[in-house]
Amino acid sequence: MADWLQLFQRYLPDFLKGAAVTIELTVVGLALGFVVGILLALARLYGPTWLKMLAIGYIELFRGTPLLVQLFLIYYGLPSLGVTLSQTISAYLALGLNSAAYQAEYFRGAIQSIGASQMTAGRAIGLSRWKTIWFIILPQALRLMIPAWSNEPISLLKTTAVVFLIAVQDLMAKAKRAATATYDPIGSYLAVAVVYLVMVIILNWGLKYLERKTTIPGFEMESKKA
Amino acid sequence: MAKPILTIKNLTKKYGENVIFHDISLTVNEGDTIVIIGPSGTGKSTLLRCINLLTCADDGQIWLDDLEITAKGCDDDRVRQHIGMVFQNFLLFNHLNALDNVMLGLTKVKHMKPDEARVKALRELERVGLADRAEHYPGQLSGGQQQRVAIARALAMDPRIMLFDEPTSALDPELIGEVLEVMRKLALEGMTMLVVTHEMGFAREVADRIVFLEKGSIVEEGPPDELFYRPKHDRTREFLWKITELYGKKDENK
Amino acid sequence: MDVAKFLQYIASGTAYTVGVTLIALPSGLILGTLLALLNVYSGKTSKALTNLYSTVMRGIPPIVLLFILYFIVSGSINLSPFLAGSISLGIVSSAYQMEIVRGAILSVSGGQMMAARAVGMSKRQAIRNVILPQTLRLAIPPWSNEAAIVIKDSSLVYALGVPEILRRAQLISASTQQPFLAYAAAAVIYFILVFITSRLLDGLEKQLRIPANP
Repeated sequence: MADWLQLFQRYLPDFLKGAAVTIELTVVGLALGFVVGILLALARLYGPTWLKMLAIGYIELFRGTPLLVQLFLIYYGLPSLGVTLSQTISAYLALGLNSAAYQAEYFRGAIQSIGASQMTAGRAIGLSRWKTIWFIILPQALRLMIPAWSNEPISLLKTTAVVFLIAVQDLMAKAKRAATATYDPIGSYLAVAVVYLVMVIILNWGLKYLERKTTIPGFEMESKKA
Repeated sequence: MAKPILTIKNLTKKYGENVIFHDISLTVNEGDTIVIIGPSGTGKSTLLRCINLLTCADDGQIWLDDLEITAKGCDDDRVRQHIGMVFQNFLLFNHLNALDNVMLGLTKVKHMKPDEARVKALRELERVGLADRAEHYPGQLSGGQQQRVAIARALAMDPRIMLFDEPTSALDPELIGEVLEVMRKLALEGMTMLVVTHEMGFAREVADRIVFLEKGSIVEEGPPDELFYRPKHDRTREFLWKITELYGKKDENK
Repeated sequence: MDVAKFLQYIASGTAYTVGVTLIALPSGLILGTLLALLNVYSGKTSKALTNLYSTVMRGIPPIVLLFILYFIVSGSINLSPFLAGSISLGIVSSAYQMEIVRGAILSVSGGQMMAARAVGMSKRQAIRNVILPQTLRLAIPPWSNEAAIVIKDSSLVYALGVPEILRRAQLISASTQQPFLAYAAAAVIYFILVFITSRLLDGLEKQLRIPANP
């Protein structure tokens, strides 16, 4: 135990640097996933048939395959098609595009629970279809989505831990380095497990707080699981 | 002299400070049908659950035949085999059809062979008039039918006594009759029964004795005629008046 | 690399992936069910402990846990990376499956337990004959989701050197200089596995559904 604490202490600065990268990856992935996710949801719900099919195909493919494969396709595979991306950019892209597929489904659930009547109401006062979506549907959907969506940041934070496999210097990469240097893989990975756990717990508190702050009594999704 | 099957002595039940019932003593003789009446929240259901050891009493004793079931080291599961219980909301096992509901206790608790258990279960279903519904799942049966299956399930264990906890309270009015009819038949067959109910017609016609329970203690008990027409206590009279008034009005609305 | 060899590689990789999943998923289910039963039906201490287990295990990235468990398992018993990795993945999944089963147990009404006890069943008999048959039916849809996650997470044992699909794709991509095709082929196989599994479990759920359950 004393040895382990020493290891933890010695590598903590390194771990914190890695944790900063992990947080960066999470934030960028979440933001990219949010934007692409909204577009996918809108395409799936309101687009012409071909666009709908495309959105569904995207969502199913990204949800039906491991992130690691997506990451390798982007980092190792795209160069053979003439697109070469850095490790970090590849990681951002893989995380963002993957998260988009999940976030799209949260949006879709929220938009569907608002229902067609709000669209009718918007059109009735003379707003165009897309204006109704932008000014009426989306503001409500974003609010409704929060409880279900709040799983995504935590899930994404945990997912980022695979990007060390393309040598991005995240928290897990630091653990691997410590493991090689100390010949103590269990101790090293346990140490970063603690750091991950702390990050997840803090993030969880933050999201619970956000959820409480944004709840409007009586305005909730019919099924919170959606 | 009739043989007592269930003897309750000075039974008390509390939840924290809250006294549910206090110092209840009651004897049920073989073949008797005892009906417990009283306002809601006076501990009638809890009393039945204590008798079935689903919750334990804080004080007092209960005997089933000559066995003190409240004694330390008494095997709860063994006791429950001999006490049939029918719940207000049926509580059939949702994942089993009527026949399997009746059979489960026979095969798992009594360790009967499946063939014997099936024959016995079918006989019990026939007894409650539901042999033709054996393959139906609870969700496919009406409330009245579900309750009759629940009665068959309890009967199948050949209990010494049957406890009924407001067996018709959760039923639509038109379904109450079929359940009461089954219970009436059981009483005539000589089954020993302890029934909590608001069905005064049933109480008057079938009960050997009626016990009026209020605020956790027995106010008065006696044969139906005495209790209904010559109650000793004002509280009994008041309660009976209220309840006939209530049910009378319901009847007018029909 | 010729086509036959390519296909053979992919097929044996798929076999490993399926193998990892077939070990991890049931072992996670058994462990998760036991934990859920402890959580719901045992004392306060086991409730607190299982809750702690769930929070900690679900708060750490699966790959980090996989590494820790892998080194612990392979350090204490002599197992191939395939077995050690599969078992570790099963333990990772157990916390998630515990939550699934717990949720299902809690949605079976408390009255079912009371009714079973009233017939004279012991708590253990009631759990086995009345609670679990209903619970496991209810758990199929969320469990199907977890099955997909475990299939996808089986790609993590790539990092332990197990020759599953992703590792095979990497080898093929090195020898053919066609990384995009190689990884795309791996993606397609994962997708098909996930798709088939969810269809099978959908079918199972319909098959086992209780008629007209209220």
